[in-house]
Amino acid sequence: MTFLDRTARSFLLSELLSGMSLTFRYMFRPKVTLNYPYEKGPISPRFKGEHALRRYPNGEERCIACKLCEAVCPAQAITIEAEPRDDGSRRTTRYDIDMTKCIYCGLCEEACPVDAIVEGPNFEFATETREELLYDKDKLLANGDRWEPELARRLELDAPYR
Amino acid sequence: MIDFLFNTTLGFFILTLLKAFALLVPLLMCVAYLTYAERKVLGAMQMRKGPNVVGPFGLFQPFADAIKMLMKETIIPSGANPVLFLLAPMLTFGLAMIAWAVIPVNDGWAIADINVGVLYLFAISSLGVYGVIISGWASNSKYPFLGALRSAAQMVSYEVSMGFVMVCVLLCVGSLNLNKIVMAQQTIWFCIPLFPMFVIFFISTLAETNRAPFDIPEGESEIVAGFFLEYSAMAFALFFLGEYANMILMASMTTILFLGGWLPPFGIPTPSWMGPIWFILKDCVVLFFFLWTRATFPRYRYDQLMRLGWKVFLPFSLFYLVLVAGVLLAFGWLPHAA
Repeated sequence: MTFLDRTARSFLLSELLSGMSLTFRYMFRPKVTLNYPYEKGPISPRFKGEHALRRYPNGEERCIACKLCEAVCPAQAITIEAEPRDDGSRRTTRYDIDMTKCIYCGLCEEACPVDAIVEGPNFEFATETREELLYDKDKLLANGDRWEPELARRLELDAPYR
Repeated sequence: MIDFLFNTTLGFFILTLLKAFALLVPLLMCVAYLTYAERKVLGAMQMRKGPNVVGPFGLFQPFADAIKMLMKETIIPSGANPVLFLLAPMLTFGLAMIAWAVIPVNDGWAIADINVGVLYLFAISSLGVYGVIISGWASNSKYPFLGALRSAAQMVSYEVSMGFVMVCVLLCVGSLNLNKIVMAQQTIWFCIPLFPMFVIFFISTLAETNRAPFDIPEGESEIVAGFFLEYSAMAFALFFLGEYANMILMASMTTILFLGGWLPPFGIPTPSWMGPIWFILKDCVVLFFFLWTRATFPRYRYDQLMRLGWKVFLPFSLFYLVLVAGVLLAFGWLPHAA
C-alpha cells in the first residue's frame, strides 16, 4: 500500500505541484525590498561606521593625544603625532586614519578615555580615489562637527550597557 | 512591384529576407524582455522587487544590459582556440534563430511552410549541443570542459524521450507539417488527450534548454558558469540571447504541438488576425512556467538527471506511444496521410 501511495505521488507530481503553489502564493506577498537610496534600514546605536573626532560643548577638542587608540588598533591604521600647545596642554598635531586599512572593529573608541574618537552611524562615505580615504585630523574633526547630535545620542543610548 | 516580389528569384529572395526581419526583430525584443520578465518573476517569488530603477518599472533594463555588453572587451584566453572559441557563440545564436523559419505564428504565417517542419525543428535543436561542446572544448579550461560534457549527455538523453512524445503527436495528426499539426487541434488541444506526454514534453524542454532545475551544464555553485565561463562581452551576450531564444522556441513548440498554436481557446470565434496574439499569449504562459519552475526547484544532481531521463521518461513515453498507437488503431482513428 505504501508502495502504491508513493508511486502515485511521484507520478502525479504532487510534491512538485505543492512546491509550485507555494512559490505562486509567495509571488503576491508584500515585498521586503528596501528602496535603498530613498529608504534605509534601522541602524543599531552600536553600529560601527565612519570615524569622527568629537569636541566638548565649548569647542575644545576632546583628544588628549594619549595614543591608546593608536596602540590598540589591530590594523595599525591610526597615526598620531603630539606636542604641547602654546597654553601648555597636550594636543595632537597629526591624527590620521587610513580608512582603507581600518577593519571597523571599534577598539579605538573602546580604548578612548575621553570619548574623543568614535565610530558614527555613517556608512556612505565611498570615494572615487583611494587618497580620499586617507583621513586627516581636519576631516575627522569636520565629521565630528557634522554628526555630533547623532554621536551624542548614540553614546547615551549605549551607556547603560558599558 | 508585387509582381516583382512574387514572380522573380531576386524578388523571392528579398521577400524572404523581409519576412525574416519581420520575425527576428520582434523575436529579439521578446528575448530582451524575457530576461526582464525572468528577473521580475524570480524577484516577486522571492519577495523582492526585481529591476525597477532604469526607466518606468525598470523597463529599460534590457537595453542598459545590452549597451553594457556591447561596450565591454571580448577577452580570448591565451590557451583557447580563437576560431572555434568565437565560432561557438555564433553557432548557438544562429541555430536559435534559424529554427524560427518553420514556426507558424498564424495560419500559413511561416517563412518556410515545409512538410517536415517537426523533423527540421528536431534536427536544429539537436545541433544546438554543438555550440556548447565547441565552446567547452575551445575554452581549454576545466570548468567549461566539464560543463560541455554534462550538457552533451543531458541534451542527448532528453531528446530521445522528446522524440517519442513528438511521435505521439504525429500519430494523432498524420503529418509532420507544423501548420497541419495546429489545424488538427481545432476540436481539442492535444494537451488534454495526451496530458502525460504534455508534462513529459515540458520537463524535457527544460532539460533541452539547460534551464533550472536541469541547469547542471551551467551549475553556478559547482562549475562556476559551465561552458560559457571564459566568455565575456558580446560573445557571452550571444550565448545568453541564444539560450533565451531557445527558451522561446521551445515554448512555441509546446504551444504548437499541445496548446493549439494560434487557435483561440474553447473555440471562441475571433478574427484571423488575432492568431498571433493567441500564439504569443500561450507562449507567455509556457514561459511563465519556465520561470516558475526555476524559482521553485533546486538543481538536479547529475545521476538523478540521467536516471530520470533514461529510466523514467524513456520507458514511460515509449509505453504511452504504444498505447496511443493501439488506441488509434483499435478505434480506427488513425488519420490518413494526405
